[in-house]
Amino acid sequence: MPKYAMVIDQRRCVACMACVVACKNENDVPPEQYRTRVLEMVEGEFPQLRMELRSELCNHCDNPPCVYNCPTGASYKRKEDGIVLLRKNRCVGCKACVAACPYDARYINHEKGFADKCTFCEHRLKEGKEPACVATCIGKSRIFGDMDDPKSPVRIALQNSDATVLLEGAGTRPRVYYIKKFSKPE
Amino acid sequence: MKLSRRTFLKSSGVATAGLAVATAVPEKFLLWAEEAGLIKATYVPTFCEICFWKCGAIAKVLNGRVVKLDGNPVHGNSRGKLCARGNGGIGLLYDKDRLKSPLINVGKRGEGKYRKASWDEALGLVAEKMKGIKQQHGPEAMALFTHGAPTDHFLPLLSAYGTQNVGMPSFAQCRGPRDVGYELTFGEGPGSPERVDMINSKVIVLIGSHLGENMHNSQVQDFTEGLGRGAKLIVVDPRFSIAAGKAQQWLPIRPASDLALLLAWINIIITEGMYDRPYLDQFAEGFSDLAQAVSHCTPQWAEQETDIPAAQIMETARMMGQNAPAVTIHPGRHATWYGDDVQRSRALAILTALLGSWGRSGGLFMATKGSLTKGESKPFPEPGKEPLNTGGYPFAGAEGVTQAIREATISGAPYPIKGWFVSGTNLLKALPDQKRTLEAINKLDLLVVVDVMPMDTAMMADVILPECSYLERYDALAIGKGKSLSVSLRQPVIKPLYESQPGWWIAKELANRLDLADYFPWTTYEEKIKAQCVTAGISYDDLKKLGSLTIPDTAAPYITPENQPVFKTASGKIELSSKELKEKGFDPVPVYVRHPQPPEGFFRLTYGRSAVHTFSRTTNNPALNELYKENEVWINAKKAQALGLKNGEYVLLINQDGAKSNRIRVKATQRIREDMVYMVHGWGSTPKELSRSSLKGADDQGLVTRYAVDPIAGSTGMRVNFVKLQKEA
Repeated sequence: MPKYAMVIDQRRCVACMACVVACKNENDVPPEQYRTRVLEMVEGEFPQLRMELRSELCNHCDNPPCVYNCPTGASYKRKEDGIVLLRKNRCVGCKACVAACPYDARYINHEKGFADKCTFCEHRLKEGKEPACVATCIGKSRIFGDMDDPKSPVRIALQNSDATVLLEGAGTRPRVYYIKKFSKPE
Repeated sequence: MKLSRRTFLKSSGVATAGLAVATAVPEKFLLWAEEAGLIKATYVPTFCEICFWKCGAIAKVLNGRVVKLDGNPVHGNSRGKLCARGNGGIGLLYDKDRLKSPLINVGKRGEGKYRKASWDEALGLVAEKMKGIKQQHGPEAMALFTHGAPTDHFLPLLSAYGTQNVGMPSFAQCRGPRDVGYELTFGEGPGSPERVDMINSKVIVLIGSHLGENMHNSQVQDFTEGLGRGAKLIVVDPRFSIAAGKAQQWLPIRPASDLALLLAWINIIITEGMYDRPYLDQFAEGFSDLAQAVSHCTPQWAEQETDIPAAQIMETARMMGQNAPAVTIHPGRHATWYGDDVQRSRALAILTALLGSWGRSGGLFMATKGSLTKGESKPFPEPGKEPLNTGGYPFAGAEGVTQAIREATISGAPYPIKGWFVSGTNLLKALPDQKRTLEAINKLDLLVVVDVMPMDTAMMADVILPECSYLERYDALAIGKGKSLSVSLRQPVIKPLYESQPGWWIAKELANRLDLADYFPWTTYEEKIKAQCVTAGISYDDLKKLGSLTIPDTAAPYITPENQPVFKTASGKIELSSKELKEKGFDPVPVYVRHPQPPEGFFRLTYGRSAVHTFSRTTNNPALNELYKENEVWINAKKAQALGLKNGEYVLLINQDGAKSNRIRVKATQRIREDMVYMVHGWGSTPKELSRSSLKGADDQGLVTRYAVDPIAGSTGMRVNFVKLQKEA
């Protein structure tokens, strides 16, 4: 049984937004709503500057507050691969999960009424494809695979790097890892 | 409802399920229907034209609707990936604001009053007017302005008609001076895609190239891969670009002083003996002239000019020298900056030569040895009059000097230009001095525009001919000249929407009406491509199925004893000092000339690209507009504060000649020098038919009332205007 995870190698991201548009088409995400986004942050004062480009999406947490806070049982963590998903027909659009998620990864699909978020493109995984954002990532900044497979790209990426997760203190145990926050040498 | 449909389908049997659903599934439920196994996707390979990189794409079609575009894994420019714009191609296809039928102007020019017309009427009118112009003034009185795939249809049409007055903004407003600079040095340009071997570089040097924001797919893939493998990055840019954010060395140079930096680098490489002597002995000439000409260009001198500390100039030069030849000095792309752009490009080329990087791994690789013949055509008529599209500039390329045609249109000299045929370019946004372009347009007897969208120039036309998007048409085969030779096919993914038609059809139909049918001796474009494949020995069936074929054994990227470079310069060698330039009265080695800097209270206007847009042509695309809805004017935060300007508030830009922009939001940021402002090019389109982008953001080109013409190539340096910011009243 795979244990899916994503690694974002921030050193390779150029904030080109290919992932964002690919995701929206792949998953028919309504206008002005997003399952993933790329933040562009700069600190310092001219000319002493450093930049962080950060892709964000659902962290598919091993300790997922959205699941615990769902009153209808619509949100769940799939046992076989750890992907956090949603049973649309059980969702009443109450926004409890939206509020519970510390990563702002969820939204209420304003065309369809239910909560929505990244699924790691589980429909593509079934066909043996990578998630759409990973497949189109120009910089190979997004890396996807099975944490239990020592030969998977995520394991290889994490081997030689200090990876972090977002809001580690929140105790959510994310499955999205970030390599090197700042792209310039620190 | 979902349940009942599913039950119905089960009972009606699998064989007819596809058909039944085809009419029953609203587009919002296509993905659901696919997941439920009710409909099956088809996949069609083609290549993209949201920009001009020509990336292979595979369209996923459900029920006749394109729902996704993916990069074609066998295509060298995409390698299975598409950028945001390529992914957003569907936005163009289904943009409700598209041009839907031929339109004939019924008001004054530019008033935007059109009536729908049939193709027969519109084409008949264009042909009649073109015949009239030919009769009265000769065929040279028609000019063609063009860019991208439509060129392959309309250039033959206008050539057959008898004019060679062609202007492509890609030359005089973009790559021209760069290509000329490299041709004068190496005998050939750096290519498009540029043959930069960044994937193998130890050092990458970008001078004003904002890769990442300038989102050329495979090039950015090579860039990030090179960085991922440990290449050091030097970025020269007055703005802290995305690329600068990844650099070990960021040199926030004073705008317009780049040549001083380059000459200092060249001088350091020479004086410290870091140049590749055996390579130069074998392949180059003019070294001592070069060494002498740059001997005064010390780091200290350059520091005064560039605002970059001498020590940093020295350090970066050494980084290059120590890692040569695996150094990519990026040739740049949009090179029309200050009017001495051929010479600046020459300096880039000379630096590349000194490091021995041309033809070496990690530098600039050599073009494929393979070539493919274009289909035979009846020879075009010889021009009766000398074409005026070189503007008299000695090294103007065959793509033509656009503004020379514009000026002749206004003056009528050396002979009248009475008609413009425009395809694939929005001239009002591409050419500097917009008022002058309008003046020329107002003198015309005929303006015909072929476009997909109602862009600014289209909405000035007498007749608008709606081309279908790249996803609905055949175009000429794309011949890729990367490391290997490749051939790619553009084929329709779906049938043309509305009454739009492919460019090839429009050209052929016009040819029929102009008695030029002999030049288009085929019935369909597919037939023409098939014949071309037969001639070239390529399987059309494979091409159709795969989208792109790489021709084996055509790569010879690096210099080896068996693979010697050929330099098609006057001397047959790399010309560090240019004989050709000297003969024509220009400096054989680039000489730095100080350019004016903005007066007090003004900022230099610079412009560039957004990763999610291509000039003005994507601004209305719903998928891309969503991510970037209007441009902003970047201004140094300290300066903004001094001017009392807040982030996000609207201002007007007023240039030195009093030209005023549309309103634009302030982006107060630390990421830019204090003596300049920056904006993304292509905004502020005026047609109200562009429901999303009409009058959004400011048009940089409206502020480029002055331009510095390069005396060598005739290209227009457009970073020579100064603006001040005024709060919106």
